[in-house]
Amino acid sequence: MSDNKTLGEHLRERGVSRRGFMKFCAATASLMALPPAMIPAIAETLQNARRPSVIWLSFQECTGCTESLTRSHAPTVESLIFDYISLDYHHTLQAASGEAAEQAREAAMKENWGKYLLVVDGSIPQRDGGVYSTIAGMTNLEMLQEVAKGAAAIVSVGTCAAFGGLPKADPNPTGAAAVSQIVTDKPIVNIPGCPPIPVAITGVLAQYLTLGKLPEMDHLGRPKAFYGQNIHDRCYRRPFYERGQFAETFDDEGAKKGWCLFKLGCKGPTTYNACATAKWNEGTSFPIQSGHGCIGCSEPDFWDAGGFYKALSVPIGDAAGAITAAAAAAAAAGLAAGAVNRYHKQVAQAAHEPLKVEELSREEKS
Amino acid sequence: MTAETLLTWARGSAFDWAIGIFVFGMVLRLIEVLSLGKKPDLAEGRGSGVKGGLKTIVTRSIPRASVFAREPVRITNGYVFHVGFLLVLLFYGPHIEFIENLTGLSWPALPGGIIAGLGMITMASLVLALIFRLRNPVLRHISTVNDYLAWAVTLLPVLTGYLAYSHAVLPYTAMLALHILSIELLLVVAPFTKLTHMFSFALSRWYQGYQAGYRGIES
Amino acid sequence: MIRIGNIPVAVVDGSGNQAFTGNITPILHEIRHALTRLADSGEPTTIDLSGIPFAPGERDALLERLGQGEIQATLQALGESRLYETAYPGVWVVIHKSPQDIELTAHIEVTRVPALLTTPLDDVREAADALAADLAEPTEQESA
Repeated sequence: MSDNKTLGEHLRERGVSRRGFMKFCAATASLMALPPAMIPAIAETLQNARRPSVIWLSFQECTGCTESLTRSHAPTVESLIFDYISLDYHHTLQAASGEAAEQAREAAMKENWGKYLLVVDGSIPQRDGGVYSTIAGMTNLEMLQEVAKGAAAIVSVGTCAAFGGLPKADPNPTGAAAVSQIVTDKPIVNIPGCPPIPVAITGVLAQYLTLGKLPEMDHLGRPKAFYGQNIHDRCYRRPFYERGQFAETFDDEGAKKGWCLFKLGCKGPTTYNACATAKWNEGTSFPIQSGHGCIGCSEPDFWDAGGFYKALSVPIGDAAGAITAAAAAAAAAGLAAGAVNRYHKQVAQAAHEPLKVEELSREEKS
Repeated sequence: MTAETLLTWARGSAFDWAIGIFVFGMVLRLIEVLSLGKKPDLAEGRGSGVKGGLKTIVTRSIPRASVFAREPVRITNGYVFHVGFLLVLLFYGPHIEFIENLTGLSWPALPGGIIAGLGMITMASLVLALIFRLRNPVLRHISTVNDYLAWAVTLLPVLTGYLAYSHAVLPYTAMLALHILSIELLLVVAPFTKLTHMFSFALSRWYQGYQAGYRGIES
Repeated sequence: MIRIGNIPVAVVDGSGNQAFTGNITPILHEIRHALTRLADSGEPTTIDLSGIPFAPGERDALLERLGQGEIQATLQALGESRLYETAYPGVWVVIHKSPQDIELTAHIEVTRVPALLTTPLDDVREAADALAADLAEPTEQESA
């Protein structure tokens, strides 16, 4: 539970030196993609920040987001953040289960009403009264509505919570919806991705802790610090795109030379995320670096955007079918029109009366 | 509607409809023209009509010296536009991928910077063409809405393509969607404007050349 | 049945390939401008390398280009940090690692001395108090 000690006091008690704290602040600034010049200001606020209560609700999801978070590559920062937020309910990570877990949630809500941060991963099924996903006999829909009421702000982690994600993919059998479609009266920040980059999750939490408010967001409610640039603009393979050098298959010469993966369906140009710079697995690599195009997982409806292996410039419907049908229809219509034209010609020819010279008469000038 | 769903629609059913209308319109017009037929030429030919037809399709691409001398700038500008437009259309990597997807044919791409430069030149020549049209009293007099429409739907794909490439206006997703939609507009409009010349130029040149070749005269 | 040994796998050496982004030269120019600024007005500059797109091996190539200068320091606090001056005086590299030895941040600081190397004033005051307290305690020798 949250108490009245500041983060600075906590750290001092834990034997963290002032230099250690500055290092923590430098890492936090880097994490939040803030300019290094802000490090002293961050140190100042973090010193006096109080730890907020966090309630984490998992709905229609695969736990990939939590997996991503717990495998974050900056463990020091994360562990510090998780020491200094109070994660009061997370049914995958917490030890308590059943009644006890639900009681912990209710107690945390009551104690921090209006002040706690609500984190959601997973989409919310709405069809048939939301019966497709329930926790302790309560539908996800009811739980979200109840917990959201007392939240200061909501963080939608993962594409499912942010945009509906995979459960919402056509034909959306459960009527899955994003958090923002259900809760409309609270500040919401979306951290999409399948899963999101761990530092994007912790970065937003760190920012909330540091500045006490949600970060600056784009038109889809994503923090600009992590989703402000598209993958293509930050991709180290961009020069190959510019030079017109593309891998045509996954094992040709171009692929081996690390050329651009656009033709293999890379969605980097339309995907806004920090993979190209933040990278994955302790900063080792990201999909494009390991030779596979971006699938655009941080964008709405990425699953229904026409296939991961179709280039962005390629039609995704049934163009060949449309062309064949149109050509056949046009041929039929053309032949019919031709027949009509010939008929008109014949009629005109039949009606044609040859003019004889005798019939010509000079028009009188009046 | 977000930019993402707009893009998915533009690449999906919108494109299918556009290409369908384009093919339907073009094929219909060509069949109509061809099915009109021509009267059999009863006179014995003095030369080869086929040879004359094929030759004229090519030679009409080169202006006569006397004509060129009269309006060198306007004619050169026409060339600049057509060559620029075709190079951008045929040698940008993503465009080649599009063509390969439809036809199975592919060839090496030109660097993006060169394509962007060609795109700017193409747009400049289009603007110049409009200025010529507006400043010449005769041209202006015979211009109809159809002419200006054809000009606009030709400019839009080049303009939106350039903006998408340069990431200058709007996020790329939205600009790419607009670029594809502008091409679809061009496809839908083409069969019903003078833009049919993209195919019919060969037919009319063939006809003229055939006639002349058959009679054994210059076309 | 496909066995893993049948799948042709080639390990490609990422270092020294032509796939570099070309970001090294602009960063070196940025450092050059920062050095001029530091010399003229004393204003320091920090560049966060984690925000810059690099091809595999490209960042190492940048650091190699900057070289190694006279001073090198390590900080033991929440994991090890390495601070060193490059072959260009005034250009420092500061790399923070976690207790698990995983890199947290990498900065280039253009400054006369990285702030982290100077002792915090509060620590100095506490040191004075601590030493005073130590001196007030009789040592073993005195008490003997």
